[in-house]
Amino acid sequence: MSEVLNPFGSEIFGIWNWLDAIIRVVIMVTVMTVVVMYLIYGERKIVARFQQRLGPTRTGPAGLLQSFADALKLVGKEDLRPKRADRWVFEFAPFATFVPVFITLSILPFAQDWGVRNLPLGLFFMISALGLEIVGVMMAGLGSGNKFALLGAVRAAAQMISYEIPLVLSLLAVVMIAGTLDLNQMALQQDRYPYVILQPLAFLIFFTAMLSELHRAPFDIPVAESEIVGGYFVEYSGIRWSMFMLSEYAAMWGFSIFGAVVFLGGWQFPMGEDWGWGWQLALTMGKSLAFIFVMLWVRATVPRLRIDQLMSFCWKVLLPMSLVQILANGFILVYGGPYWLLTLTSSLGAAVLVAIIMRQAFRRSSTKTLVGAYRTQLQVPAP
Amino acid sequence: MALEGFGPAFAFWLLSAITLISAGGVMMARNLLHAVLFLIVTFIGVAGFFILLSAEFIAMAQVVIYVGAVAVLILFAILLTPRSARDNSETVWGAPAALLSIALAAVLIFVIHDTAWSETNSFQAPSVEDLGRALLSTWVLPFQLASVLLTAALIGAIMLVRSPEEEAEDALS
Repeated sequence: MSEVLNPFGSEIFGIWNWLDAIIRVVIMVTVMTVVVMYLIYGERKIVARFQQRLGPTRTGPAGLLQSFADALKLVGKEDLRPKRADRWVFEFAPFATFVPVFITLSILPFAQDWGVRNLPLGLFFMISALGLEIVGVMMAGLGSGNKFALLGAVRAAAQMISYEIPLVLSLLAVVMIAGTLDLNQMALQQDRYPYVILQPLAFLIFFTAMLSELHRAPFDIPVAESEIVGGYFVEYSGIRWSMFMLSEYAAMWGFSIFGAVVFLGGWQFPMGEDWGWGWQLALTMGKSLAFIFVMLWVRATVPRLRIDQLMSFCWKVLLPMSLVQILANGFILVYGGPYWLLTLTSSLGAAVLVAIIMRQAFRRSSTKTLVGAYRTQLQVPAP
Repeated sequence: MALEGFGPAFAFWLLSAITLISAGGVMMARNLLHAVLFLIVTFIGVAGFFILLSAEFIAMAQVVIYVGAVAVLILFAILLTPRSARDNSETVWGAPAALLSIALAAVLIFVIHDTAWSETNSFQAPSVEDLGRALLSTWVLPFQLASVLLTAALIGAIMLVRSPEEEAEDALS
């Protein structure tokens, strides 16, 4: 890590440092916009493939210009504001949602020392910036003056606060092994094997919590079209709505790169340091796209959870599992156990987690609770 | 990090302006939702001061705890309380409150001005590792006490909000 890249160092107020930062941010914004446009295109194409449709085909060759056309349409659309909306809260909400996502993107290492800035506390910064995103969502929900938006905001906030805990704890398990919060350093240490091999359980928990933080299916109840029309951004149109979309997809991409750096070796594994920055960039992008592909796969396959299932899964399954992971790591690391022991314990935990999910998925409807008892009374006997 | 020069001074005054104006907004806003949003900006401004003092960890912890947890909790309370976002009316306590705050500010400024601050030129900001070691060795007892207190509060809160229906459900199972 070179000295110039340390933003908390003494260079922070120099004019060259500011120019450097501005250029990097502009590049980042441009890349992000293009990536988001093609993510939307990719999502439509891939989900269409899963559902045996064609997806966009008309605009440009194979529909490649579809997102540009959509963006142009959205810019030209009338920017409506409901009469009952709280004016300033309503107008600032898209920005309050977008800014945290963008500042998380600005600390990610895309290749060795490549990124807007590399922070010594990058991982912690990421977590604190993600906490800010809830504020934007709640501003949108509260400021719209719409019951559906309010419901969406309550759901989103409850879900995001809950899933933040297993997310952070699973990251903590990796930090215990890495011994650093610096993302670049963390990637550098994974030259022989990525941390997912040492911590499969933490990886599973991270991935699940990430899906939930991003409101992706099967955790998309805050934006469930079939239940509450559109969630917290139901009253937005035109450019403000597209800002919500932009931040959603940018967050998806940013989270994927983050997960790739922490768990899959980022730009380093395999051969990142030896083969130069071109390969490193390809590695980062390839791994993040793989992450996104799995997210789309899950979205196209798994049905949406109910809110009580969502909450009990977080608090009764993911949270204890991540605590067990941290405890096991602590014992092994303090008593100097070999690294294969970490792999073994974490794999066992991952197997237990998968078994719990499977058992829950194949379980017949329970009659234990009041709701269950009510449901069994109504059950129609099989013909 | 040296605090001399144009940059840090500019950052300090800018942060002060943001923090003070939004803190004023918290008091002046008639709408409760606006007050909480101003409060969030105040918290972020304070985090900026921590960064200026090269205490990055505390700055981020400030954002995580005060914005991510405390402010969101207040937002939740507003969200779930009927008519809580209504405009607050005038209060007869305006003048006494102003007097009290002026008196408090006077005392604080007096104390800050009269304290003999120890100044140093060689300052090494403690790393996260130092913080962690200090918390788990020197200050382990207060740390543990705080954890136990928080756990007790957590369990107490859960017990308080249990509804009769839930009790009945548990009795059934």
